Amino acid sequence: MTALVPRRARRLASLAEALLTPHGMDRYLELVDPMLVRREVRGLVTGVRRQTPDTVTLTIRPSRAWRGFVAGQYVRVTVEIDGVRRTRCYSPAGSEHDGTLELTIKADPQGLVSRHLNRTVTTGSVLGLSTPDGEFTLPSPRPRRILLLSGGSGITPVLSMLRTLADERHEGDIAFLSYSNGADDALYRAELADLSRRLPGLRVVHAFTHAKTGGDLHGFFSKEHLAEAAPWYPDAETFLCGPKPLMDSVREAFEADGLGAHLHTEEFTPPALTFDTENAEGQIRFARSGREFENSGKPLLEQAEDAGLKPEHGCRMGICFSCTQIKTAGCVRNAKTGETSSEENEEIQLCISVPVGDVEINA
Amino acid sequence: MTGLQDKLTPAQVEEFGRELDEIRQRIVADLGQVDVDYIHNIIKTQRALEVAGRGLLFAGFFPPAWIAGVTALSVAKILDNMEIGHNVMHGQYDWTRDPALSSQKFEWDNVAPAENWRHSHNYMHHTYTNILDKDRDIGYGVLRMDPAQKWNPYYLGNPVYATLLALFFQWGVMLHDLEFDRIVKGERKWSDNKEVGLKMLKKAGRQVGKDYVLFPLLTGPLAPLTFLGNATANLTRNLWAFSIIFCGHFPADVESFTEEETENESRGQWYLRQILGSANITGGKLFHVMTGNLSHQIEHHLFPDIPARRYPEIAGEVRAICEKYGLPYNTGPLHKQLFSVAKKIVKLAMPWNGEPRTPATVESDKTLRAA
Ligand code: FES
Repeated sequence: MTALVPRRARRLASLAEALLTPHGMDRYLELVDPMLVRREVRGLVTGVRRQTPDTVTLTIRPSRAWRGFVAGQYVRVTVEIDGVRRTRCYSPAGSEHDGTLELTIKADPQGLVSRHLNRTVTTGSVLGLSTPDGEFTLPSPRPRRILLLSGGSGITPVLSMLRTLADERHEGDIAFLSYSNGADDALYRAELADLSRRLPGLRVVHAFTHAKTGGDLHGFFSKEHLAEAAPWYPDAETFLCGPKPLMDSVREAFEADGLGAHLHTEEFTPPALTFDTENAEGQIRFARSGREFENSGKPLLEQAEDAGLKPEHGCRMGICFSCTQIKTAGCVRNAKTGETSSEENEEIQLCISVPVGDVEINA
Repeated sequence: MTGLQDKLTPAQVEEFGRELDEIRQRIVADLGQVDVDYIHNIIKTQRALEVAGRGLLFAGFFPPAWIAGVTALSVAKILDNMEIGHNVMHGQYDWTRDPALSSQKFEWDNVAPAENWRHSHNYMHHTYTNILDKDRDIGYGVLRMDPAQKWNPYYLGNPVYATLLALFFQWGVMLHDLEFDRIVKGERKWSDNKEVGLKMLKKAGRQVGKDYVLFPLLTGPLAPLTFLGNATANLTRNLWAFSIIFCGHFPADVESFTEEETENESRGQWYLRQILGSANITGGKLFHVMTGNLSHQIEHHLFPDIPARRYPEIAGEVRAICEKYGLPYNTGPLHKQLFSVAKKIVKLAMPWNGEPRTPATVESDKTLRAA
């Protein structure tokens, strides 16, 4: 009986799809309620709270196409701002064993989407979501010793790991070292305090870079901080996410000790892309705007901007797909992977695509 | 019909192009929430009409319900094809980044697959508007619509072919892509059509399936009535779309061009050709919506990728620019334009009609190109 129901439901759904061709069921369902869609993932905001003046923490109930996420991954969140859909990546902060989704978004003074979310989202808002992505995840079986290290809003993916480990009643050692400017900026303090009561092996350490009091540690990251927070760190797997300067100094410390392989990072700042501006050749053409210029060898997004165009973009590092455009002709090299591709009419990410010879973009 | 572009000096052509570019830039910079709200409202209306129409046909034994159902469904199909499908597939809403409004992903309620149409219409017709032998929308490969098309006895059937095309317009648009005429002329092989043909079969299968099999079956004993209702809605849409589209390019005084005279066109010259090759239809607001704003064919041909709801707002300026440069701005009420098209179809069936216009521009092109 139980097996029959889904099958019958599925048959009904495919009959409905046939009847509603060519638009498909979702295009009708969403007019009744945007959360009814079956193919896309959407999220209904059920809770909004503010931990600090420039962040907003959203609790979201995803629609039924949502299949959950793994702690440390990110989702693409889409909002409509003045008629235009904008997409950015955010890492959920909750446990992967929790059916809801929690996002904490810091308003970047330059950030269109983060500011919009901070200003306008209320309970009842519906956001577009993607299926989760990303390799920054805990291995299983879980390492016995784990160091979680974060800076600012980079706390979300590592907090998600911690909450997941707490739900799993992890028995090993966990150190959570979190950097913020000062007490006013420290995100999730209450939750962390609560978690350290629940999890015997957990040690939470708050480091304040700009305040001299109130935290456990003060000043920027150093090896001393590391030794304080997790003296056993050479035996641990370390997960790190935060602003570039923090990432760089942690990386340096680990490389110096030959521990690079045990350090896992999530980049939210652009990696240095390799490209060659000396030997670049060919013409770049942006067909719709009629703009044509010489290939300088830099990624297409930068070249377009240099030429006075303003293509849409988000992360500028190949993760958010905001800059995706159709390349109608020519060959490009992916600056992250080094792969070249010369297919016609393929979607490429302008921010990480370097032209190889003549290229035409349909924008 | 003389090449009116002769009246303009190369410098004037460029100035004229610049003025049009300015209009375009202004509109593009102004696009925003209102445009998205507009198309969403049209989509909502279309979906509601479609659902209502299909629903009413379940009560099709009651004549007023049948009539109301067919009317709602006809309007839904017209909105879907014209104000939504045609415009979305032109990329008019690509800037919203909404996948449901993406020119590359949209599929319409029509047997012609969107993908094929994007090539034959968006690319071929809009790039080569009214260039003989290049713009295959001139006569759709079956009609003699321009005096420069050489007469042969086959064209005696012109009015008959036109009537058939009007009745089965969506099928005509679909088959258009097989380029039968070029196969007949030996310019194209049957085997070239394999891929396109498959796509057509798949799309047409689904369309026919829902209108002529599934929905009729669902209404049980009313199947014949539902079948007839759906056929009527398709027919209404066909006749309407045919009329509007033919009024856009074939009334008297609309010009066509030869390949030589349009070689190496500048942006200004391209604009010029769009204006000389298109015609508008006057009417009220609702009428414009029902035509997908193709009643503003001139504005559409100048700026195919800006949202059609903006055409009425710029039509006055475009017309003023035309006046300033002494260019025609072909417009008139539907009945007048339709009559003009019908007259042309009948006239060109006859061998003695149709002195091709001497391409006056070839001569002056020397000066134009010197610009
Ligand atoms: S800007 Fe994010 S992928 Fe290019």
